[in-house]
Amino acid sequence: MDWGLLLTQLMNGLQLGLLLFLLASGLTLIFGIMDFINLSHGSFYMIGAYFCGSIVARGGSFLVAVLIALAGMFVVGAVIERVIARRLYHADHLDHVLATFGLILIFDALVHIVWGPSGMAIPLPAILDGQVTLGSLVLPTYRLVIIFGGLLVAAILGVLVTRSRLGMMIRAGASNRTMVEALGVNIHKLFLIVFAIGATMSGFSGMLIAPITEASIGMGNDIIIIAFVVVIVGGIGSVKGAFYASILIGLIDTLGRSYLDDLLKIFMSLDHAETAAPALSAMLVYILMAVVLAFRPQGLFPPAGVRA
Amino acid sequence: MMAWLPSSISGRCYCILLALLAVAPWIFQWADQPFLLDLLSRGLILAIAATSLNLIMGFGGMVSLGHAAFIGIGAYCVGIPAYYDLYNGWVHLGLTVVVSAAFALLTGAVSLRTKGVYFIMITLAFSQMIYFTFVSLEEYGGDDGLVIYFRSEFPDFLTMQGPVALYYWIFATLLLTLFLVHRLVHSHFGRVIVGAKHNEQRMQSLGFDTYRYRLTCYVISGVICGLAGMLLGNFTGFISPEMMSWIRSGELIFMVVMGGSGFLFGPLVGTGAFVFLEQYLPEFMKFLNSSWLEYWHLPFGLLLVLLVLYGKGGIHGMLSKLDSKTQQSGQ
Repeated sequence: MDWGLLLTQLMNGLQLGLLLFLLASGLTLIFGIMDFINLSHGSFYMIGAYFCGSIVARGGSFLVAVLIALAGMFVVGAVIERVIARRLYHADHLDHVLATFGLILIFDALVHIVWGPSGMAIPLPAILDGQVTLGSLVLPTYRLVIIFGGLLVAAILGVLVTRSRLGMMIRAGASNRTMVEALGVNIHKLFLIVFAIGATMSGFSGMLIAPITEASIGMGNDIIIIAFVVVIVGGIGSVKGAFYASILIGLIDTLGRSYLDDLLKIFMSLDHAETAAPALSAMLVYILMAVVLAFRPQGLFPPAGVRA
Repeated sequence: MMAWLPSSISGRCYCILLALLAVAPWIFQWADQPFLLDLLSRGLILAIAATSLNLIMGFGGMVSLGHAAFIGIGAYCVGIPAYYDLYNGWVHLGLTVVVSAAFALLTGAVSLRTKGVYFIMITLAFSQMIYFTFVSLEEYGGDDGLVIYFRSEFPDFLTMQGPVALYYWIFATLLLTLFLVHRLVHSHFGRVIVGAKHNEQRMQSLGFDTYRYRLTCYVISGVICGLAGMLLGNFTGFISPEMMSWIRSGELIFMVVMGGSGFLFGPLVGTGAFVFLEQYLPEFMKFLNSSWLEYWHLPFGLLLVLLVLYGKGGIHGMLSKLDSKTQQSGQ
């Protein structure tokens, strides 16, 4: 057993998990509080990456670009909530799926029009591009930045949700929306803020990954489905659940990709094992969701008072 | 008035539509437009799949975001035997029915324990599992898919060779499907299914085991969709896991809703509109400005959003409004 490799893979899994959390935490709040299924949440991930990329391309430093793009994402989220999402809260889930599917097409086409069909590479500043040596382990600096950034946002969100007045309203909304409304909370304002924060975090996730994968059209469409798996496994409306489920799924996916082929080689040929392993590890995530749904439909960490 | 014609305007429209579909190959041959027959064949296959989705979604209230899995299963039930040079259509047909029924029974038994949004997500999960299963099957092309060199053969029965013969296979399957769904919905069984959609507790208190009714309905729907997949495999001659991606399932939902969810002819009309838009919207954009061809997703997405916001009941809903208007003016 190569312990160094295992540790590297664990770091990769943690990184994927934290990126997923940035997407899923907003998704789960929008889902839990507004009862709104937002398939286009992944588009914010894409738009965030493009915003950040185009500021860097105009000579901005990466950090400044991220900060400006975050503000931009908050505005984009607020506008989408105000113009489209708000009209859909009272419609049924089927309508949500359809309308936000349409939004995905619109966003993909708009990005195509503005930035062209090819992807956009985002160069890292030299200070983040190097490697860090931890004992016998050599890790890319940027990987640590992602993990640190993800944990930081998770901590801020955790404090916000559990300690602030806004967080109290958010938690109350996830448990019982009607009651919050009846108690006189300005529900429209709350929805707007939650949606915009969700869009901002989704965009942040895209900005973090873009220097590694580059920004491209449709980059959010694959990850959004995994983010939904996270939301379901963690429990709809639960930020805590989203956190644990993201890390769990990030680890399952990454470790499955790197170790499942060794396992499969025991009973199939090398070639077959190498092609089957990534697909099967992608499947593991869905098996996890199906098992959770069948035996504990409310998720692993549902918000207080929520029963399926 | 001719008594055998339905009295409503929408009913008559659908009768004329079916009659036109029956003679479409001759019209296209006369007009020398073989491409249109191809387009129509594809559209009708998707209409069969959408009609099967309508059975569980429109009538039964079970919104599945994984129905395209059955299309893939049907297609691979042609593709895998063909890979071993086995072209007997009865084998393909038998396999399709058995495998899609088994998959529907297994996944349905688990999925139907959940409701609403959880049902959407669990059907998605199962379809993703089967999607990744086929991606991992290197022997059968994996991600790249399989080419089917010959169509299913039905010796001493009807041939599937040639575009017109295949078209009539598709058309006949569509008619059978519509008839079956119509009979089912108006039977005792269908009343329980529709009743459980509106008020499950009441149906249960009346003594119906709604779970078993739903499961049966889900299996029937899965088998019909599997047959659509079998036809699609024969039609395209090329199959890949992409046929069962969640995007395809989303499109099926779109077709049903655009036509009118919960109406017999809704999916047929919706699929027609979908295939038409998919084919001609790019050309229309190109007509407006030669560099806009690639942007056709923009009006398509806008249309979807507008449909949800303002177009309740889909195309069928608009036709029904026409019905009620003429009835009012006739009184």
